[in-house]
Amino acid sequence: MAEFTEALFSIFFVETLINGLLLGGVLALLSLGLNLIFGVIDVVWICYAEIIMLGMYTIYFLHVDGGMPLIAAAAGGVGVTALLGWLTHRLVIGYLLDAAPINQLLATGGLLFFFQGLAMVAFGIEFRNLGVSLGSLALSEDIYLSWTRLLSFAIAAGVVIVLFQFLSRSYLGAAIRAISQDREIMVLMGVNTKKLYLLTSAIGGGLAGLAAALLAMQYDVHPFIGLSFGPITFMVCVMGGLGNMVGGFLAAFVFSELITIGGYFAELEWGYVLAFGFFIAAMFIRPEGLFARKS
Amino acid sequence: MLTLRHVNAGYGDFQALFDVSLDVNAGEAVAVIGPNGAGKSTLMRVISGLIPAVAGSIEMEGTSVLDAPPYEIVGMGVAHVPENRRLFPRMSVEDNLRMGCYLPKFRARFEERKRFVYELFPRMQERRDQLAGTLSGGEQQMCAIGRALMSDPKILLMDEPSAGLAPVIVQQVFELIDRIRAEGLTVLIVEQNVKQVLRVVDRAYVLESGSLHMEGTADELLQSPEIQKSFMGM
Repeated sequence: MAEFTEALFSIFFVETLINGLLLGGVLALLSLGLNLIFGVIDVVWICYAEIIMLGMYTIYFLHVDGGMPLIAAAAGGVGVTALLGWLTHRLVIGYLLDAAPINQLLATGGLLFFFQGLAMVAFGIEFRNLGVSLGSLALSEDIYLSWTRLLSFAIAAGVVIVLFQFLSRSYLGAAIRAISQDREIMVLMGVNTKKLYLLTSAIGGGLAGLAAALLAMQYDVHPFIGLSFGPITFMVCVMGGLGNMVGGFLAAFVFSELITIGGYFAELEWGYVLAFGFFIAAMFIRPEGLFARKS
Repeated sequence: MLTLRHVNAGYGDFQALFDVSLDVNAGEAVAVIGPNGAGKSTLMRVISGLIPAVAGSIEMEGTSVLDAPPYEIVGMGVAHVPENRRLFPRMSVEDNLRMGCYLPKFRARFEERKRFVYELFPRMQERRDQLAGTLSGGEQQMCAIGRALMSDPKILLMDEPSAGLAPVIVQQVFELIDRIRAEGLTVLIVEQNVKQVLRVVDRAYVLESGSLHMEGTADELLQSPEIQKSFMGM
């Protein structure tokens, strides 16, 4: 017991909490685009993480092979994923809006394998590293925080603020909120719903590109990288109440703290076990999501 | 102002409107009355483009409504207060009003129109930050009408504004219609509440099983034995 309390008050535990917070920022950003698309279009993009994967490849090739500065490469990645988001709606989802939900899931699930296969054929299966290391920030002799994670957190927080301002202040943002509440009636407001869906898909895709830029600095790129954070992203969204962006944002931090705290007291893998166990328990207690609004 | 000629419309294989022709002149208030399932809502929906017409023509001030994409019809001066109000429940009253002047050409006048709506319905100003879904039925109707007025329409289409409201509130809703008319707006309204709607409009058409059966001034119809028998239980 004394050992446990000692562990609880140690500075390493503080470091763990901060690291959890930083990881939460990235998870929040990951869930944001998916939640936006689901909230507006009511279709879950199973292939969302694979769009992020393609964004990571874009950034890798622009930076490493193309010699572009990292910022420009990241902007290129955002552009490509925004286009992929647009195309996903234009070529696939747009035709399935009135289809049964299971068919929509199968279609986006099919896209997942399409994107994976495409990456494998085009880029091979080797792991590619961006080769960027920003080092770490020493808070004290014992606490180090990775600059990459700090930057990720700052960008994620910035994007969240900008997105919320856009949604609450602009006409377009109001329309995006409105269309998720009553799709049919939007026509009476003079809204071209097709255009709004394409725009939302492109924004959601662009957010995937931003996430890709942050992830590319921390992880190697390979065709299956989507599988390692796709499930977490979905769980964060579901736990927050699918389509509820505030809920997803909060859930991202609950999830990331569980992972890091679990990892602190045991192995990192146990952190995932703890987080996923919590998710399963939460689904039994509140299947509509921890932060879902009562409808 | 609004002219329908030989309009046929429906849902899939089901035809709900047969050869409907009607006119609404500028400054008039016109009602379409009829029993449940007569096609009254379909009529409103076909005018504002929510469903396509199979045949016939609809013109707003000489411009064909049917040739325009549905989302451009509000830009032609046709605003539609849908059946059951259909507000955006998780948005504030003010954001609902904002959606009413979504078209870029309306946006510059947002503040001006908002003041107009708040003068017409002071209650809406009190509730401007409240979520629309938490308003009472009568207030929701005010908000729905206010949202439609935000675009400064030439004609207001009202689909069953009294539906689902308590009798006292229904009375208030018809008073609202009177006030809107006083602003010089042209109104086309469909209602089941025949007796009350005939008191606030100039003319009315009777729609039964998808076709128009009668038309006349409000007074004529109020006195018609046929109307009294079918709709007023006399």
